Amino acid sequence: MTRRLILALAFLAAFLAAPAMAAKPLRVISPGGIEAWLIEDRANPMLSLEMAWRDSGSAFDPAEKEGLSKLLAGTLDEGAGSYDSQAFQRKLEDLSIKLSFSAGADMLHGHLTTLSRHRAEAFRLLKLAMTEPRFDEAAVQRVKGQMQAAIAQSSEDPQSLASRTWFKVAFPNHPYGRDAQGSRESLSAISAGDLREAAKRLGRGNLILGVVGDITPQELGRLLDSSFGSLPAKATAGNLAEAEVAVPQPGIKPLVIKKDIPQSVVQFGLQGIKRGDPDWFAGYVLNYILGGGGFASRLMVEIREKRGLAYSAYSYLYPLDHAGIWLGGVATKNEKVAQSISLVRKELARLSAQGVTAKELADAKTYLTGSFPLRYDSNANIAGLLVAVQSDNLGLDYLDKRNQLVEAVTEADIARVAQRLMKPENLIVIVVGKPKGL
Amino acid sequence: MLARIILILLFFLIPLSGRAGVFNPEPFELDNGLQVVVIENHRAPIVTHMVWYKVGDADAPPGLSGLPHLLEHLMFKGTKKIGPGDFSKIVARNGGRDNAFTGSDFTAYHQNLAADRLELVMKMEADRMANLVLDPKLIDTERQVVLEERRSRTDNEPASRLREKMGPEQYAVHPYRNPVIGWEGDIKAITPKDLRAFYQRWYVPNNAILIVAGDVTPQQVLTLADTYYASIPRRPLPGRERAKEPPPKGPKSVELKDKAVKQPLWMKEYLAPSRRLDPGRQSYALEVLETILSGGATSRLYESLVVRQKLAASAGASYTPDRYDLSEFGFYASPNPGVTMKSLEEAMEAEILKLLADGVTENEVERAKARLIDGAVYARDSLSGGAYALGRALGTGQTIDDVELWPERIGAVTREQVNAAIKSVLRPEAAVIGRLLGETP
Repeated sequence: MTRRLILALAFLAAFLAAPAMAAKPLRVISPGGIEAWLIEDRANPMLSLEMAWRDSGSAFDPAEKEGLSKLLAGTLDEGAGSYDSQAFQRKLEDLSIKLSFSAGADMLHGHLTTLSRHRAEAFRLLKLAMTEPRFDEAAVQRVKGQMQAAIAQSSEDPQSLASRTWFKVAFPNHPYGRDAQGSRESLSAISAGDLREAAKRLGRGNLILGVVGDITPQELGRLLDSSFGSLPAKATAGNLAEAEVAVPQPGIKPLVIKKDIPQSVVQFGLQGIKRGDPDWFAGYVLNYILGGGGFASRLMVEIREKRGLAYSAYSYLYPLDHAGIWLGGVATKNEKVAQSISLVRKELARLSAQGVTAKELADAKTYLTGSFPLRYDSNANIAGLLVAVQSDNLGLDYLDKRNQLVEAVTEADIARVAQRLMKPENLIVIVVGKPKGL
Repeated sequence: MLARIILILLFFLIPLSGRAGVFNPEPFELDNGLQVVVIENHRAPIVTHMVWYKVGDADAPPGLSGLPHLLEHLMFKGTKKIGPGDFSKIVARNGGRDNAFTGSDFTAYHQNLAADRLELVMKMEADRMANLVLDPKLIDTERQVVLEERRSRTDNEPASRLREKMGPEQYAVHPYRNPVIGWEGDIKAITPKDLRAFYQRWYVPNNAILIVAGDVTPQQVLTLADTYYASIPRRPLPGRERAKEPPPKGPKSVELKDKAVKQPLWMKEYLAPSRRLDPGRQSYALEVLETILSGGATSRLYESLVVRQKLAASAGASYTPDRYDLSEFGFYASPNPGVTMKSLEEAMEAEILKLLADGVTENEVERAKARLIDGAVYARDSLSGGAYALGRALGTGQTIDDVELWPERIGAVTREQVNAAIKSVLRPEAAVIGRLLGETP
């Protein structure tokens, strides 16, 4: 009886902690047929537009030209139309328009934030950047130099080194295993012609748009046509094969990259789960309990709270379009690396053998449902959420039904997913530092 | 007593700066001296709840740098009512996120969660303001965690180690010379008794600022604050007596050479006024100067060093007025491959000399001011942004007016004021140069 009462209270708590969303997105179709999801918000005279293009990211860079996508993202705003780099940037800065591009493994992204009073000019400059980028020699060379400086710096950064090595080992024969930032050689091999070719990945057919802020659907429709209407209907992009995280040979030791530093950085991971998997939410809740929940998670409790071995111990699901990945990390002094890794393995084994408790599941649900509205913090964050929902094909009502999907996860679901994924013997472990006793 | 009630009423009737300010906060003060600030924002049914204590690493007892930060960690280790580690777990179970941070001048605790859970976190935050349990065993475990944090942030990061070496050169005696996380030896020397004394001295309502931003009304916050915080008694509060810095005797320079450094870095930092100790409003001119030098691809240093001379991969300036005592105005640059530290340094010094000789132009000042003022609209976009801005300001001895009238004061900055600030701040004797070098300079 007592138990039932507690459960009932937990449900009530979940209900209370999941307030209604601020606003529903509206599906806007421009007169020219371009779709964007919009949340109107008049609180502030500004708007944010987030863009993404399917199948356009660094995994689609040709072999020997790694870094092309990131270079493209870094040079699209370096001069367009009649404006050279400095003139273009000056125009943006004088109107307080924030325009930039970035490249993920699967998609190129664009980010635009503008005050309402400069909206028309902001969309015009965006169009220029997408359709008439100049790729002037001096600007391209400069951005290449900056990327090479970043490569040099990250070549010695323990966290970055651990992470890049992990991907290399996990995907030895797939573009996901390559270094997205490229190398000195691969960047040198990229020409303005390559950039022009890569810019053709920005099409209308693979375009995803999310808009939040001070604009009506009609006004937005007109701007969508003028900015995106002249992009090619069909983008040029290759195909990417599905990928599985490699399984290490039985009994293999962690791969150590020797660095003379007092603290080792450990990156570990294995085959995870893709966003479209029917067990996605079970995996998501499972990871929260294991390593995604900060101070509430098992890894943090075992490694930091109980033993003081590390400042942080964490894990997360990293779903790419063509691979599911589960990753985690811990940083600890060289003497404690072996103990920390064995604690991680032990927690994976325990999860896979015993699943989670009813209380852990209930606590995870109240957190995951109650904290969802916290993503509604700024226009750009909300616009980014609208893009993510579209890119994962989750549907216009996803934001409303998402918490029900979390609620529906059962202990049995988690036990099933834990057995499927949490195999300590499958862990790929990379250590950067001077670990002892491994 | 009567005076305070009248003050509160006045605040109710006349919002401090109309509706034209940056965040339009509503301020109150409880009888026990707790400052309360409410920023309404009804976009989503969520709130940010923060308590800022006006105490930071610069208030640590001599030889115990890092104590305020270790105490911040220990604030999560329980009270008589809340078990060790349970604070964060209860917040999470209620759909919230929480954390804390320590600076030189302030220590802040914050939670983000659904607006209808505000009462829960207020109750717990008020509880640990007065009833913290400091268990020696938990202190020792947490000390290990902090030492690991230090290894991550500093020992494994050559640029952080360089900054740590620059502190004692910049400040002869003032505690800003110490890193906020503390020197390793100091962290190891902190005793439970030290922690208890510090907590009792500084963690009092009359040294705290409660900031609530989000989907609430000032009346709701005041009612809850009255229920949970008002009963904590006011206690005598020591002054923030920090060692007085003698006149600087620079320029000084520090070098750190490490084979792990593949991308060298050059820095030069000048002592500069903070907002609080700024009778002539020089801090506003310095913010305009920082934007002229560093605000984007057409800023002076980027245009010159990166675009035109092709010497640097990055170049810029940095300044914050949010300090209780002195602040720093800094220059930094990182060379392109094949460019020596010497030629990079010469080019940066030439820019500084040019600033001193010719000042800035009218056009540069107007462009920078317009961008800074537009930035206030963007600052309002984020729910927690206003709470952080007000906390940083009030935590470093500024007033709400300093935040709310900021666009107006930036708008009033003249070219002459910027040029005067350049001459007054960029003095060779107030500078420390830092060089981060790899094996081949």
